[in-house]
Amino acid sequence: MLRWFQSPATETQITHGQRLWLYVIAVITMVLLVTPTLIVVPMSFSDSQYLEFPPETWSTRWYDHYFGSPEWMLATRTSFKAAFLTMLVATPIGVLAAYGLHCSKIRFVRAAFVLMITPMMVPVVLVAIGAFYAYVQLQILYTITGLVLAHTVLALPLVVIVTGSALKSFDMSQEEAARSLGAPRWKAFLTVTLPQIRFAVVTSALLSFLTSFDEVVVAMFVSGGDNPTLTRNMFNALRDQIDPTIASISTIMILVTTGMMVLAQVFGQQKTKSK
Amino acid sequence: MEAVRTNEAGLRRDEWLERMKLFGLGSPAILLILVILVIPVGWLFYVSFIGADGTFSLENYERMLKRKSYARIFQTTFEVSFLTTGLCILIGYPLAYFIAGLPNRIANLCLITVLLPFWTSLLVRTYAWLVLLQKRGLVNEWAISLGLWDEPIKMVHNMTGTLIGMVHIMLPFLILPVYGAMKAIDRDLMKAAANLGASPRRAFWTVFFPLTLPGLFAGSLMVFILCLGFFVTPAVLGGGKVIMVSMKIVSNIELFVNWGAASALGVVLLVSTMVILWIASRFLNLEKMTGGGH
Repeated sequence: MLRWFQSPATETQITHGQRLWLYVIAVITMVLLVTPTLIVVPMSFSDSQYLEFPPETWSTRWYDHYFGSPEWMLATRTSFKAAFLTMLVATPIGVLAAYGLHCSKIRFVRAAFVLMITPMMVPVVLVAIGAFYAYVQLQILYTITGLVLAHTVLALPLVVIVTGSALKSFDMSQEEAARSLGAPRWKAFLTVTLPQIRFAVVTSALLSFLTSFDEVVVAMFVSGGDNPTLTRNMFNALRDQIDPTIASISTIMILVTTGMMVLAQVFGQQKTKSK
Repeated sequence: MEAVRTNEAGLRRDEWLERMKLFGLGSPAILLILVILVIPVGWLFYVSFIGADGTFSLENYERMLKRKSYARIFQTTFEVSFLTTGLCILIGYPLAYFIAGLPNRIANLCLITVLLPFWTSLLVRTYAWLVLLQKRGLVNEWAISLGLWDEPIKMVHNMTGTLIGMVHIMLPFLILPVYGAMKAIDRDLMKAAANLGASPRRAFWTVFFPLTLPGLFAGSLMVFILCLGFFVTPAVLGGGKVIMVSMKIVSNIELFVNWGAASALGVVLLVSTMVILWIASRFLNLEKMTGGGH
């Protein structure tokens, strides 16, 4: 142990002992990054109104409350529906756009790229009130359609960036070879290019799903009525008081996110294996 | 000779058509962004110049300059953004440095601690802090039992709570680009510095640190801009005491249905964001940050 303290830590002559402070800070930071979110999980099984940790008596009463509430169930269905549809709309549109921009080397490509990442740069509050206004005119306020369209706009930059960077590292001459052998462009894309950028496409799809599922501000404005999202209802509940039911919902949301991450990892592993 | 030339022109036209067709693949995305985002925001821009009597006026902007409450909101917004960015640098840089020096396998494990919160819902994380920091929350309970302080401290529904929540949410946005910059540094440079007689500290500050600046700058910029327009965390953890621009925009619409005032604030927010991005783009390659460049 003592020898480790005195051994050099980096390429320079600093020893582990001399930079122990760095290790301490780093470990504390990592703990602080992860635990606050994870601690909600055991707390949600607490019987107390005040969400003790560790819970003195364990119970599933907050889960019962959640699953027994028609409002929460409605919101959960809306959120899943919107997220799933956003994924189905944003992924193909975004992949097509990324492919088009990548191959077409005309002058407007740069401008189009900037336009496609604007949803990421415009403050989300503006997107929300803008969409709210537009939806009143188009009469699609509080509909799934409206919600999905707005979330698609928010997800598009991610799809275009992730798929676009995959296309950049893809050797397009493979597609050219397929086409010179007689395959039409769409077929060359589907059978040669797409299978090789599938990891990026799947990642884009998962990101689109999560973008919609976790989105709060736009949902606050354009969802409601018969179609309120989970996040909208959660946010409203948080403004009033600390409702322990939210802890159980949070746990379920953490599960969904973690599931998505694991899926992405599994696809990533397949990619490295096949190489 | 004549035939060759027309053939050439024809080919060029075909190529141009093909390129336009390819470009057209982007049209659904472009159309959607135009209809849902660009046109409505353009309309907000227009509305911000319409007064209460329905004619062109600057009253929405004048109100912002005149009223003290607006000055306070802008001040709070910049304060929160600066403090969050600063704290993220102070906390995030050492962590990024620590992870960048680890062997790959352990580094990947440590990176999960950064990515996990990055992926977790913002609302869930904000809620977690609300639960932890409340008067009867875990932090107060533990601190009192450890003897750090005697009375429960109010850490939520104020600036402290807002900052804690914001820093937690923004940290990954800073750590990831800084980590990327650090991984790209050739560590032999540090060996060379040490070999030439530089102390570890000197080698760090004169060789290593300057090479991480682009990443640090990109990350800080990202954090700062996200903070400027942030809504959820200050709204929940600020408890009405920390009012930022985006919250005022929302209350202008939800409570007062004053589109003029909300739009004007929105325009100011958007323009400041764009100006900052524009200035930054003169110093660093923004396309590289978003993956647009080669």
